[in-house]
Amino acid sequence: MASITLAQGLNEGLRYAMTQDPKVVCLGEDVGKLGGVFRITDKLQTEFGEDRVFDSPLAESGIVGTSIGMAIYGLRPVAEMQFDGFTYPAFEQIVSHAAKYRMRSLGRVSLPLVIRIPYGGGIGAVEHHSESLEAYFTHTAGLKVVTPSTPSDAFSMIVQAINDPDPVVFLEPKRRYWVREDVELPVTDGMPFGRAAVRREGNEVTLISWGPCMRTCEEAAEEAASDGVSVELIDVRSLVPLDIDTILASVKKTGRAVVVHEAQITGGYGGEIAARIMEDDFLSLHAPVLRVAGYDMPYPPAKLEDIFLPDIDRVLDAVDKVLNY
Amino acid sequence: MRGVVDPASISTEMIQMLAPDGSFVGDGDFEIDLKEEDLRQIYRHMVLARRADQEGTNLQRQGELGVYTPLLGQEAAQVGSAYALSERDWIFPSYRELAVAMYRGIDPSSVMHLFRGTVHGGDWDAREHRFAYYSVPIATQMLHAVGFARAAQIEKSNIVAITYFGDGATSEGDFHEACNYGGVWKVPVVFFCQNNQYAISVPLSKQTAAPTISAKALGYGMPGYRVDGNDVLAVYAVARETIRRAREGGGPSLIEAVTFRRGPHSTADDPTRYRTKEELAAWEAKDPIARFQTYCKNEGVLDDDFIKSCDDEGAQIATNIRASIVGAGPRPAIDLFNNVYEEMPETLRREYKQYEEEQSAREGDE
Repeated sequence: MASITLAQGLNEGLRYAMTQDPKVVCLGEDVGKLGGVFRITDKLQTEFGEDRVFDSPLAESGIVGTSIGMAIYGLRPVAEMQFDGFTYPAFEQIVSHAAKYRMRSLGRVSLPLVIRIPYGGGIGAVEHHSESLEAYFTHTAGLKVVTPSTPSDAFSMIVQAINDPDPVVFLEPKRRYWVREDVELPVTDGMPFGRAAVRREGNEVTLISWGPCMRTCEEAAEEAASDGVSVELIDVRSLVPLDIDTILASVKKTGRAVVVHEAQITGGYGGEIAARIMEDDFLSLHAPVLRVAGYDMPYPPAKLEDIFLPDIDRVLDAVDKVLNY
Repeated sequence: MRGVVDPASISTEMIQMLAPDGSFVGDGDFEIDLKEEDLRQIYRHMVLARRADQEGTNLQRQGELGVYTPLLGQEAAQVGSAYALSERDWIFPSYRELAVAMYRGIDPSSVMHLFRGTVHGGDWDAREHRFAYYSVPIATQMLHAVGFARAAQIEKSNIVAITYFGDGATSEGDFHEACNYGGVWKVPVVFFCQNNQYAISVPLSKQTAAPTISAKALGYGMPGYRVDGNDVLAVYAVARETIRRAREGGGPSLIEAVTFRRGPHSTADDPTRYRTKEELAAWEAKDPIARFQTYCKNEGVLDDDFIKSCDDEGAQIATNIRASIVGAGPRPAIDLFNNVYEEMPETLRREYKQYEEEQSAREGDE
């Protein structure tokens, strides 16, 4: 058992997958000697050589486009986007090719490709370094979209993503890179794709979140408990495929749900979850499903990001509202 | 002047082996290693592609295809370059490479079904034919070729990738990224530009201010070739050299095959709005098949029997395409649900169930 950070969980997961399968390669800006700006590929080039871990020129469409070619060949590329806001040049390759290749080949060619993206704010970064872009990808059929919130999930989910036959958009909550957990490596029992995790059991309100907002939700649930409110906390982990059954089972029990995410509220994935709860189990609800999310504005400058990010008070306000509806 | 690159110093000449009248002019810098049988096969492939292509246009005009993108006039560029590949090499096409697809043994009906709306991408096995699916977003496939070549380089498999694109594609960011990645990684890839003079209606002069497309190669540290794209021997010779260099570890090359799309961009296009009769006539006089036929006849390689056998084979292919396309229905809807992911996610499974229930309700109504 060792205490590792989420970043180390990813690094160890990459190392494990690369050791298991010689077809796994890592590419992206600065992933080689430097080990990536967040050190997620730290020391991998030294261990696996420059044909397994290599720097790309500074061009994101190229990173994803060439990764698609490598996957067609039969490699399992793991592509790093340096920051969320620099993913957009690769959007066409992700949406028009990666997501559609299986369909366009009538199922003959799959693209086992992982696109790693550090995402979300709360680290005092300059503009374009704090975006939450999950809804662009959950809206795109053909992609899997996942996001770990713990070091052990980071390990098992990156390994599962690499072994997955479909293209995976792997969102790394960058403000959680440094959270710690005691973990026995390798983590081989967790297969989180399509399986949400109930992080805390409760029976009055279901709090649903993922990735960057999990800590806020944990703290909110703790505080609610001290006020005598029993909150069940679900870490969705796998946005696509979505484990709607775990969410519905919880809501059936509690009758109330609040979805929390950093991304702007309009068109955010919280709306999708709220709609599904309502469609599938309207009669269990004692209150409308509420969303706590970023405001509908471009991500603010660092000195104002705290007003944008869902915090404990905003989450607790929503919990109170559904309780007192 | 020291420290200055002058566009005026760039050669705009073309590499040529056959003059438009079919006489052999040769080019001392390039060798031709083709036997008589090769020449006959090259002729045959060009004739078959032209006939199949014509059938595509015919079928669209008769309402059997939604749209079609003819290659008329570009047969030499496509067959000459494909003929220089080895069997294990991979091809990353755009959406006009019917001659290359057929050269690789793909049933042209499989291509036509894309234009009928039966399938996206194309109904062939990319791995069997080493021919990737048609790529409609301009220049995007170039990056796939570079990535594939990088994988071949990593695996030391001795496989070369070639990618086809048009003059318009050279304006796209992905063209730049692909050429740059190819040059930096020094991968075994050949960038094959069919400069057919127009990107739908926009002429090359409004697409680039570079003296030639081949000149762009310099910016990526690779050689650029400007070749007469209607001269199948010259295209073959240049492609052969670039493929050999790629295979030997010498890195990528850019070929600009100067040709002309004699038909519309697609059957939905009206080229009379943007180009003149005279321009078209000038290119018809440089027809790649007539030119090569004259050359082969003069060399005693082609006789009337062989020419007729090619025409007959072309007619049979056209008949087969027609039989496959006319009246062809949709594929089963379950294919759509099945081919989004390897395993259908639970949410999609429920959508499929809903679809099925709606279908049977509808059938019940009828």
